[in-house]
Amino acid sequence: MPNISNSLYNIRVLEDLAAGKTYIHQLHPLVKLLTTVCYLTVVVSFGKYELSSLLPLLLYPVLIFALAELPLQPLLKRLLFMEPFIIGLGILNPFFERQPFALYGLELTLGWAAFLSLFIKYQLTVIAALLLIATTEMNKLAGALRLLKIPRLFILQFLLTFRYISLLMEEVVLIQRAYAMRAPRQKGIHISVWGSLTGQLLLRTYERAQQIYEAMCLRGFSGEYHMGGQSRIKIRDWTWLAGWILFLAAVRLYDLPEKLGLLLMGVVR
Amino acid sequence: MHMADALISPLVGGTMWAAAAGVAAYSLRKVQAEMDNRKIPLMGVAGAFIFAAQMINFSIPATGASGHLGGGLILAILLGPYAGFLAMASVLAIQALFFADGGLLAYGCNLLNLGFFTCFLAYPLLYKRIMRKGYSAKRILGASMLTAIIGLQLGAFGVVLETLFSGKTELPFSTFVLLMQPVHLAIGITEGLVTAAIVTFIWKTRPEILDRAAAGRQTGNVPLRQVLIGFALAAVLAGAVLSWFASANPDGLEWSMLETAGMTELAAPDGIHQALAGIQRQTAFLPDYGFKAGDSAENSGASRETNKGGTLQGSQEIIQGASQGTAPSESEAAWPAVSAGTSVAGLVGAGMTLGLAALIGLGISLLKKKQRPLITSVPGSGSKSLQG
Repeated sequence: MPNISNSLYNIRVLEDLAAGKTYIHQLHPLVKLLTTVCYLTVVVSFGKYELSSLLPLLLYPVLIFALAELPLQPLLKRLLFMEPFIIGLGILNPFFERQPFALYGLELTLGWAAFLSLFIKYQLTVIAALLLIATTEMNKLAGALRLLKIPRLFILQFLLTFRYISLLMEEVVLIQRAYAMRAPRQKGIHISVWGSLTGQLLLRTYERAQQIYEAMCLRGFSGEYHMGGQSRIKIRDWTWLAGWILFLAAVRLYDLPEKLGLLLMGVVR
Repeated sequence: MHMADALISPLVGGTMWAAAAGVAAYSLRKVQAEMDNRKIPLMGVAGAFIFAAQMINFSIPATGASGHLGGGLILAILLGPYAGFLAMASVLAIQALFFADGGLLAYGCNLLNLGFFTCFLAYPLLYKRIMRKGYSAKRILGASMLTAIIGLQLGAFGVVLETLFSGKTELPFSTFVLLMQPVHLAIGITEGLVTAAIVTFIWKTRPEILDRAAAGRQTGNVPLRQVLIGFALAAVLAGAVLSWFASANPDGLEWSMLETAGMTELAAPDGIHQALAGIQRQTAFLPDYGFKAGDSAENSGASRETNKGGTLQGSQEIIQGASQGTAPSESEAAWPAVSAGTSVAGLVGAGMTLGLAALIGLGISLLKKKQRPLITSVPGSGSKSLQG
């Protein structure tokens, strides 16, 4: 688990990026959500030893990064942060499968092919999810969920949770600082105060919820959450979705790199 | 124990999504039935509390290690199982979106592993039963420990099953179980201790919070059977629909099941393998690209059969696709013979693909830089409050 300032910073970075105004940012959130889901499905639908057919899928993140003018560093850093997890899970593959596997004339074992394939898929899926949230504001994403008939109550509490994470994290910073000043050179919270320290945070949470509820009532809250104007899905949004579905279908059905290679070799010969 | 997208197959992901959505819809109906509006902000903020509390390092006595709160159990205790499950759903969605902690396709798996088992099985069957006799510090400790440990063990076992059915790693079942369960025993003990400490504190300082949560639950006291039946129905339905779609994919459930069966020495006779392969070929609505239609598919299938004795057919199909592709001249070549011609073409093609992707990206970036005015606008902070 990352530390607090890191987490807060991460949320803010993504929120700031999502507030951009590029072509990608202006695409309808529902279309972006659906495209992401299609992309993820196609990536994970590839077989366990697939390598070369996966490569064209890289076009998607590259295009989004470029079109949405996103900085590479903060997003790739998030990706790197999770890397040990997937390496730990996949690294056993090479030990279990030692049958030979040929890739472009290189001698590999099946296990290594499976590991590499898993590794590539992991990068693609994680970055695709991050790109969705880095180009779509939370409120708009909630609107898209509403269009998918996800009940209001769920969306409302989802948004509330998201909104209050940073507030409560700031409370934790205060509590931890106070604790650290009274208990120097301790690695974590001592067992004698586990309950009271976290419990205090919980009580503050309850007070906060009470205040929020009263504020909501004063503003006429009646159990409904109004999203405000939803933009309509335009032709360019449909085109975006249709284009990617076509591309993904082509990638899934044909080994594009090999076709490209054969074409090129044919031309060269 | 958050699962990543890369670890699951679309079939497993979709099935678990449907099951999780079913449980969530059921919980929503329950919550709406018993709901006073007061609980909405409480649910939201309680989810945020979990996030914040996860940042606190609890040093575990006599080990030098430190642990964290997971959160499913405390949410169930504070909000009841239905609202607790929904709050957990929000927490997991935000973790997946903002922290890449668990994938979007794997969201259903994660919600069931971390939310369902704790809120709908361990909590009502253990915690609630034990606490029925009334609160005491000892009873809170015992109930929390037991519930947290059992809930996490079930969740960890869920991870193992989902991973194996997806067939993306070659970890044998027994190894995986031996890796996962003890680790989650330790996590469960920490979770139980922290939860008990918090609940005891709340019980001593503000007992009405626990009473209110318990009272709110009474109205929503529904037989577990209904939840489980709905859960099973949703899973079966989704599984059936999705497996029809997935029948074109060699990594579908049927293959991984065969592989898993092979690992645990329940090897299916070759007859079943071949029958399944035949059915798969007939029902596949997307022809596998490694095959030529009709006879040649049968031939190449048969030739590979003799090569490898019928094990891991799914993987062979893929290898066939990867190493030979669709080049007509190579269709007779027996696996694993690799023709130099195709492999060079493959290498060139792969290089070209990556090069093209990079070129497109760079080209767009350069174009954008040319068009952009010198002063770039600072994006707004976007942190509007919901209260307004």
